[in-house]
Amino acid sequence: MNELIKKFKKDKISIISLFVLIFLYLMILFATFISPYEKNYSDRSLSYSPPNNIYTITPEGKFSKPYTYNWIRNFNTHTLNLEFREDRSQKYYLHFFSKGFEYKLFGIFKTDIHLFGIDEGGKLHLLGCDINGRDNFSRLLYGGRISLTIGFLALLISFPIGLIYGGISGYFGGKTDIILMRISEAVMSIPTFYLLIILAAILPSNMTSAQRFALITVILAFIGWAGFARVVRGMVLSIKTEDYVKAAKSIGASNFRIILKHILPQTSSYVIIAIALSVPGFILAESGLSFLGLGIQQPDASWGNMLKEAQEFANIIYRPWLLTPGFLIFIAVLSYNIIGDTIRDILDPKSKIRT
Amino acid sequence: MPIWIYIFKRILQSVPILIMVTIISFFLIRLSPVDPLAELRLNPSISKQTIEYETKRLGLDKPVYVQYFYWAKNFIKGDMGTTTTGESVSSKIKERVLNTLLLSLNVIFWTWLIGIPLGVIAALNYRSTFDRLLTLLSSAGMAIPSFFFAVLLLIFAQKTGLFPIGGLTSANFYRMDLIHKITDIVHHLFLPSFVLVTLSLASLSRQMRANLLDVLNSDYVKYAIAKGIPKRKVIFKHAMRNAINPLITLLGFEFAGLLSGAALTEYVFQYPGLGRLILEAVMKSDINLVMAGLVIGSFMLVIGNIISDILLRITDPRVRAN
Repeated sequence: MNELIKKFKKDKISIISLFVLIFLYLMILFATFISPYEKNYSDRSLSYSPPNNIYTITPEGKFSKPYTYNWIRNFNTHTLNLEFREDRSQKYYLHFFSKGFEYKLFGIFKTDIHLFGIDEGGKLHLLGCDINGRDNFSRLLYGGRISLTIGFLALLISFPIGLIYGGISGYFGGKTDIILMRISEAVMSIPTFYLLIILAAILPSNMTSAQRFALITVILAFIGWAGFARVVRGMVLSIKTEDYVKAAKSIGASNFRIILKHILPQTSSYVIIAIALSVPGFILAESGLSFLGLGIQQPDASWGNMLKEAQEFANIIYRPWLLTPGFLIFIAVLSYNIIGDTIRDILDPKSKIRT
Repeated sequence: MPIWIYIFKRILQSVPILIMVTIISFFLIRLSPVDPLAELRLNPSISKQTIEYETKRLGLDKPVYVQYFYWAKNFIKGDMGTTTTGESVSSKIKERVLNTLLLSLNVIFWTWLIGIPLGVIAALNYRSTFDRLLTLLSSAGMAIPSFFFAVLLLIFAQKTGLFPIGGLTSANFYRMDLIHKITDIVHHLFLPSFVLVTLSLASLSRQMRANLLDVLNSDYVKYAIAKGIPKRKVIFKHAMRNAINPLITLLGFEFAGLLSGAALTEYVFQYPGLGRLILEAVMKSDINLVMAGLVIGSFMLVIGNIISDILLRITDPRVRAN
């Protein structure tokens, strides 16, 4: 493990990726503190309003505390478009560590201090608003909570299943092996995304958002275990012929104990690689599902369902700030991929995928 | 063993898997609380006889496992029932399968045509600037969500007007002559293919690079070079062949990934493929169509795997020897 950390530190790109991920996870951990608005705060009059411009130089050319103007919505009868222009009559100054809505940090400490806020009466939307006039920046943070954790949770379900399934199949061999492997082959023979959308679609519609989140996690886990189980089985087949396994058997250890204590730990380096490389897959799968409207549902935010707005042409052309979740998914997945590749290179010297 | 016996054996082996796929799919779909005929019942243009016929055909008055055998019997006969709009499922699926195959095969063709040379160049110039650039670009390529990339390309198409937005054919397709028809389809295929090629190109070129590096390190290649055979000849005649073989095994998986990735891309580009069909069927809870689409998709995947196994057997003498 020390070796792993030492070699990992030498790879600059991986270190950068690691910091990017740490940054993202800190952002979502402190989402309530950083975001100026609550998840479901909405101001219909600001529907689709663009990001606020932040000024530090006054029109007179002097430096000033950062300030911004509110948007005024105006329907242009010539172009038939909703237009926004700044209301220059009133400046609203930005404040750091100001008071806002009340929340519980980490679910424990009750407070109303936020990283930043704005003068009374001002509206600060760093990344504009969505169709319901909800703050895009705040929702990105709340959405990240779902998008960035669902992969890990799915992993916690699918990997133990895959390990035990593959372990049993490889260890016992014979008929058990044939039957178990045929079942996993059948699961793998169904195109994963088809399976995903169908599983998501048969969920009853009257669930609470927490239940839905849990079930989507289970569904994601369901598509990941089979391929993993097959590789574990292959490794177990060769590990079980080792002398120490025979020794354990001869002193009367139970089959279950041998699998759990003696065989599966030997697969750990593969498991670490597989974990690092499969989190991004889960993140992508969740975003795809939510993008289609089958995953996390409104009013809950996830990066995928926020991108649902990108399905409309007018949005992607006139309101590019609605595309930010897509870039965040890209950055998160890229960072995971780079870290996963580096870990694989270190643990598996034969692989030469990366330089 | 002659190749045709192998093919026959391989097909026989996949029969139990396919049967299991149908069982899993069937029970998954029947888990849902949806009445399979609800939509039909609500549709006034569908007669009572059709509904009664469907009830009988699906055996809805009998227990679930009996229903499965009803379904299987009909499926073997080629009868997959009717959609909620009253069309025959099989004709609808047939059209969509061809479109998805067209897209997937096109993507595989271009991925291989571009990906293999890229991988080879990177491996031969190990740790050069090109190599590093390719690694970086392919990491990026694998990280873009397919649907997001598709959306970005749609903006591009909209702004430049260079490419049609969505669909497979133009509105006046049926009035065109053959040459225009072909160019029209190619024009429409370009953007969806571009998305999918970019995504699969990343992993293919990396695999090729890694395989070739492995082979170049092997004793027989070093020996051939030591014997004085020109390096170019060693690489292209001896090393390449062995480096490509593992990719043929991956071809089946690639096809599987394509079917999944294509579903989202098809959806964004409004491409009339199988993925979008299933998606729409799922949203309308059109049970017959979902079931048929799922099974046909799995069949395509299994057949893809069989083909890649056969190809591997033809190209790799070591596999034949075992």
